[in-house]
Amino acid sequence: MIANLVAAADPALNGGDSLLGGGVGVHVVLVVLVKVLFAFVFLLIATMLMVWFERKVISGMQNRVGPNKAGPWGLLQTLADGTKLFFKEDLIPERADRFVFKLAPFLSLVPAFLVFSVVPVGGDFKSVHSGQISIFGKWTLMQLADPPIGILLVLALSSIAVYGVMLAGWASGSKYPLLGSVRASAQMVSYEAALGMSVAAVLLISGSLSTHEIVRKQDWIGSWNLVATVFVPFVIFVIAATAELNRPPFDLVEAEQELVGGFNTEYSSIRFALFFLAEFMNTITMSAIIVTLFLGGPQPPFRFLADIPGPRWLYGIVWFFLKLWLFLYMYVWFRATLPRFRYDQLMDLGWKLLIPASFGWLLLLIVVRVAQNAGWSSVGRVGAAIVSVVVMGLFYLLLLAAFRVSARNRAREGSMY
Amino acid sequence: MGYLGGFAITARQSRWFGGKRVTTEYSGGREAKRGDASHDTKIPKPERLHGRHVLNRYEDGMEKCIGCELCAGVCPAKCIYVRGLDNPPEHPVSPGERYGFVYEINYLRCIHCDLCVEACPTEAITESKLFEFSFTNRQDAIYTKAELLVGDDGKPQHLPWEDWRAGEDLHTSGWMRATAPGGSEAFVGLEGWSGELGYGVRAAEKPGTGSEG
Repeated sequence: MIANLVAAADPALNGGDSLLGGGVGVHVVLVVLVKVLFAFVFLLIATMLMVWFERKVISGMQNRVGPNKAGPWGLLQTLADGTKLFFKEDLIPERADRFVFKLAPFLSLVPAFLVFSVVPVGGDFKSVHSGQISIFGKWTLMQLADPPIGILLVLALSSIAVYGVMLAGWASGSKYPLLGSVRASAQMVSYEAALGMSVAAVLLISGSLSTHEIVRKQDWIGSWNLVATVFVPFVIFVIAATAELNRPPFDLVEAEQELVGGFNTEYSSIRFALFFLAEFMNTITMSAIIVTLFLGGPQPPFRFLADIPGPRWLYGIVWFFLKLWLFLYMYVWFRATLPRFRYDQLMDLGWKLLIPASFGWLLLLIVVRVAQNAGWSSVGRVGAAIVSVVVMGLFYLLLLAAFRVSARNRAREGSMY
Repeated sequence: MGYLGGFAITARQSRWFGGKRVTTEYSGGREAKRGDASHDTKIPKPERLHGRHVLNRYEDGMEKCIGCELCAGVCPAKCIYVRGLDNPPEHPVSPGERYGFVYEINYLRCIHCDLCVEACPTEAITESKLFEFSFTNRQDAIYTKAELLVGDDGKPQHLPWEDWRAGEDLHTSGWMRATAPGGSEAFVGLEGWSGELGYGVRAAEKPGTGSEG
């Protein structure tokens, strides 16, 4: 398996973006600049619309009206809020670590932008150009970059985003933000593991780290990783991603009732706006990553849908946005419905359920894959799967017994808290 | 219901899936602003709404206020300032010995608790259902007798910044008194709500029979 992954990571075998295959001329630089600009502007506008969408949908779910004064249907409300924040006084607390305090919002914002650069947003993956479009006579992918380490970049950057939250809380020189950021670091470290292991399940199926390659392999609903990994990694990824995003019901980091405003309590003006922007931008990029990993990105669910006459690269964009919208709606729905987790419930869910489940499922997929590679019959594969499920079940029972014993010991020694 | 029942509940509230909005737009909202007069209506206000105060008069035009300062004494927000003065013998302002010479309410402080209405021995001060205050400085927030006193017809004055609709002057007198309406046999041993005290007298209400539900 490891050999497979290494081979897949080799850009020569991968295909990759043919834009950077030849020499780098003015055209190439221009194309890259256009793509950067497009991604940047798109994300800003999408974030603006996302804030509006969230407020509108959640107000509908709470029998309210929502923003409806600024612009048609209140579409410009975010713009108005942003303008207001921009002109407010920029306060830095006296006891703050000034440099880190100023740095933190950017540490939180920049990864949110960068993650989006590896997401394929459109293109016709069935053509000979494999999802590439032609700009200024150059063929290029409809994503800012297609590094061979694609999905690892996503994981790395989402970890860096934690620093933004942590340093913001620490540098504020205030108690509640510090508590919020301590929670943030614990929560994100706990859920990163489950997130990583469900991504590993996807990598096992697609055999590549490149996002373009992962999308290319999922050419209809039956080969979407959602189905190919049999749902469990998808569900775990969605839950862990919600926790990574600090969105409800996992928004302990900014639990208003307990922590005032959480890690960003001391922030005001444009620095607060940056955190706010990063939060919603992360929601969009994380939804885009879910779509890329599990729902085939810009690929239509059925093959015949790709044969509709017209600009096929545009259909890719349409499909991508339909799926993206689905997940954005889901996040808003979560927020409207689910009450916030208690801290110990959060840790229990992460460590005692999601991590064992994602790890077990990964092992199961590996067993099936190894049996397949060894050329076992289907009976043999099912047998191997059943045996491994039984063995893992036994280990999980052991784990449960360990929980029980430790809980009893704690009760016997007397509670510490 | 199970774990997922809550999702169905929240989804049902949305207008896309047949839910209803509880919030009503203020004074017709956008449509009214565009000049569509049919939308420029306000929702009916609750009968017992506490709005801005009025100082009532008797039918003969005499002021009810006697300048006793009980309202100022009971006010928890200390927003009322009253000074009494002896009635001039040739032009008495109120039927009694004294009258309210200065009467000021600071609406930056007022919490509309209606305790002043309950304290008033002559039912001189009541609360109307007008609630649209608008000031741009602290001085304007202090309403004096010039603004509070009702007109000769017993209706509150239509102040230039107040947005009135048809019929609003009919339901402008106070309704609130959580005391046993004095004297009435029907209320012996009960704590009821008295009728309106100012303009437009309404029958008193027994507990549980009114519009509180």
